[in-house]
Amino acid sequence: MTDAANPKLASVNDRPPSPLKPIVWVQRNLFNNLFNSILTLLALGSIYFIGRAVLEWAFISADWRPVTHNPILYLVGQYPRDQLWRVGASLLLVSFLTGMSWGKWQGIMRSFALLLGIGLAILGIIPAGGQLGSLAVRAFFLINVPAIFLGYMLGSRKFVTSGWVLAGWLISFLLIPFLLRGVGEGTMLPAVETSMWGGLLVTLILAVGGILLSFPLGVLLALGRRSSLPVIKIFSIGFIEGIRGVPLITILFMSSIILALFLPPELRIDRLVRALIGMTIFSAAYTAENVRGGLQAVPVGQIEAAKAVGLNNFQTTFFIVLPQALRAVIPAIVGQFISLFKDTTLAIIVAINELLNIGKSILQSDVEFLQLQFEVFIFVAAVFWVFSYLMSFASRRLEAALGVGER
Amino acid sequence: MSDPIIICRDVEKWFGDFQALKGIDMEVYKGEVIVIFGPSGSGKSTFIRTINRIEVHQRGQIIVDGMELTHDVRNIAAIRSEIGMVFQLFNLFPHLSVLQNITLAPIWVRKWSKDKAEEIAQQLLERVGIPEQAEKFPGQLSGGQQQRVAIARALAMQPKIMLFDEPTSALDPEMIKEVLDVMIELAQSGMTMIVVTHEMSFARAVADRMFFFDEGLIVESGTPDDIFNNPQEDRTKLFLSQILTN
Repeated sequence: MTDAANPKLASVNDRPPSPLKPIVWVQRNLFNNLFNSILTLLALGSIYFIGRAVLEWAFISADWRPVTHNPILYLVGQYPRDQLWRVGASLLLVSFLTGMSWGKWQGIMRSFALLLGIGLAILGIIPAGGQLGSLAVRAFFLINVPAIFLGYMLGSRKFVTSGWVLAGWLISFLLIPFLLRGVGEGTMLPAVETSMWGGLLVTLILAVGGILLSFPLGVLLALGRRSSLPVIKIFSIGFIEGIRGVPLITILFMSSIILALFLPPELRIDRLVRALIGMTIFSAAYTAENVRGGLQAVPVGQIEAAKAVGLNNFQTTFFIVLPQALRAVIPAIVGQFISLFKDTTLAIIVAINELLNIGKSILQSDVEFLQLQFEVFIFVAAVFWVFSYLMSFASRRLEAALGVGER
Repeated sequence: MSDPIIICRDVEKWFGDFQALKGIDMEVYKGEVIVIFGPSGSGKSTFIRTINRIEVHQRGQIIVDGMELTHDVRNIAAIRSEIGMVFQLFNLFPHLSVLQNITLAPIWVRKWSKDKAEEIAQQLLERVGIPEQAEKFPGQLSGGQQQRVAIARALAMQPKIMLFDEPTSALDPEMIKEVLDVMIELAQSGMTMIVVTHEMSFARAVADRMFFFDEGLIVESGTPDDIFNNPQEDRTKLFLSQILTN
């Protein structure tokens, strides 16, 4: 049939409407009548004045000396300056493994590796005073960039399996605390008490450690709560409800101070480890409830199908139920991790020098800084925001990546 | 005829106070195709689900291939790996690709190598007519294609018996035939099958015997010829007249 014979066919569009030109879009959406035009102008006006005020404060009137005076303090606290290479080596290991993960898995790891490289490169060349400006520290930062690419080259090789990369991460999580803590006098690695650690280093150790430990614990508790074995079920319910009923500050106090009072001195656990345990059990209880929500969302037909093909209970749980349950609750779990990350600031009450506490002590370290709280807190808030946003970003990318084949 | 591969004696099952099965007796021989039909709530789905112990019967005896279904976990695992099941709502694993859906159990239960499992999976996809869908996820397939993957998944364990629980009830009309064709081919290949269905064309084509269930009892059984042309019970006649005029 020709188009002439069927006029309706001839008028059918063979391509989607082209997007509006910017000027037309503005006319139609922002200035389509008098009222909207006034609103648009008002909004533009307020953006201009608020933005100008903020920029003027940040670049002209704010006094950033408490931040720029000794940036190393924010990064590692009182960690002995002659031992900083150990922190540098740990960072180097993380960079290398991030690069390897990029090579192996692409996707989100690519974004992370690039962000890490760019961030560290900026730290390495930013004009800064004090020790951050020293050539050695700059070199520590800049050497991470080739390390990331070296890792990438290695990771994209065929013979490097996912198992290798995972094993690398696992080993590094055991190696890094050992490297930072050291063994004793007279060795390559003199002991550095954790009371000397501080700043972003401690914040990240509490957050990453808390997340990595509380996630599997939370999953086990969620499974335990649905177990048919009464002992496991009652223990899980008791643990979850007991912990959720208590504020984090109380848990930190109990794990740090009360526990230490009752344990004999030779059994005394390191203060940072005690805080980490407190954060972990607190976060695990919440993670468990999030995961339980996901477990309930898996249709019973999935379990029947898994059993019908002959999978046992363990295989059904790990291959069929958990993957679907966890995917359903990624946003909730990441939300829980973001709040865990921000809750690391509460470790302040058990005298741990995490990032916010460092900021406060810097304020008190110099009479001239006493009035500059605003600058310090804005800076600390910005650092927290960057990390929290990265987690949120990762969550969205992860959801999108796992959404393939979603019903 | 040899010994029956499935023996059910006086099988009873309650859900709370409601008795779903009121004493079912059935013997199925190797290579037989059994069609079970009846109104909803008659216990037909519950019955075939007791055969691989997705539902647990409370009284009576079920013996599959010489093994009695009891609480013994090893028996249950052994029996489940000899029985394939196809569900009304497909129940494919949505987070796994078609190929992974099919190879999961052979790899982990039968302990086959990944290569062997994938080779056989590909042959089965060929057999059910969708070899090109191996890398897709269930959510990207039509209902008829999903059900055919589910059949391939069940066949991958190389079962001696296949159970079908209303395999075409959730399908759009134009997709029913593609699934029935696969089932007919399977029946003709000599597979022992128990099929809960209202597709009487399927029953006419390949069923050896038919069982009419109502209110947890077998009301009537016989060859398709007996059931369609000479039903004895009034309830059977009424039910057949309702579904055949539709």
